[in-house]
Amino acid sequence: MLNQLTDSLNFNATALTLRSERQRLIASNIANADTPGYTARDFNFSDALSQATGRTSSAQTPLGGGARLKMTASQGGHMGLNGVSGQAAGARPELNYASAAQTNLDNNTVDMDRERASFADNTVRYEATLRFINGQVRTLNTAITGQ
Amino acid sequence: MSMFKIFNVSGSAVSAQTQRLNVVASNLANADTVAGPDRQAYKARHVVFSTTPMGEVGTAGVNVSQITEDNSPGRRVHDPKHPQADAEGYVTYSNVNAVEEMVNMISASRSYQNNVEVMNTAKTLLNKTLQMGQGG
Repeated sequence: MLNQLTDSLNFNATALTLRSERQRLIASNIANADTPGYTARDFNFSDALSQATGRTSSAQTPLGGGARLKMTASQGGHMGLNGVSGQAAGARPELNYASAAQTNLDNNTVDMDRERASFADNTVRYEATLRFINGQVRTLNTAITGQ
Repeated sequence: MSMFKIFNVSGSAVSAQTQRLNVVASNLANADTVAGPDRQAYKARHVVFSTTPMGEVGTAGVNVSQITEDNSPGRRVHDPKHPQADAEGYVTYSNVNAVEEMVNMISASRSYQNNVEVMNTAKTLLNKTLQMGQGG
């Protein structure tokens, strides 16, 4: 009974954690907008969420070009695609590298317009997730107090 | 909470941009400096940014890895009456390019503003997260 009460809260908590991860990632990109050689990074939120909550996402990515092939990590020292250890990679969202929208001499691939837009988008969605959680807490409170 | 790292990341960027702005200010201030008796005029300086990883993957701050001196020759003006003129009557000014410095300044100020805004947004979000479940 109690775990049914908190199941949907867990889902939103995972989403909130991933949103804050993405927020941090975009903040790093904006911070490094002037650093030579920096490559902007980001991750696919819906893939990361379905991976974190254990739901399959093959039907949810019609634009993603199909499922990505994973590299096998048969030994502890094997690296994943992101440079992190292959066997630990499942716990974190898979980070992708952004390619430059316009080529420039210092090999920096941060597109400030894109990053600002992603940042604003992620902010709004973070607040939305917070509201969902608040709404659920209110619902639970109403159910508990019976008023 | 991973969002607290945003303050470290954006803070490092803000301080790096401040340093860049400082260098621009000293370049502009010395734009018309004349070479002294040692024939060495002020040389323009430039900051070099580099990425510093801050803990987790994808969390990257900025720091100023070095400050380089511009070794291009200074501006030489023919002015025999100038007290610092050399034997041929030329005065050597610093090699600061004022237009370049102004552009650098605008770019630094925009980057600074961007990072401050990122920190403000993160602060708002964290405040709202702290009020989670209080019926707000």
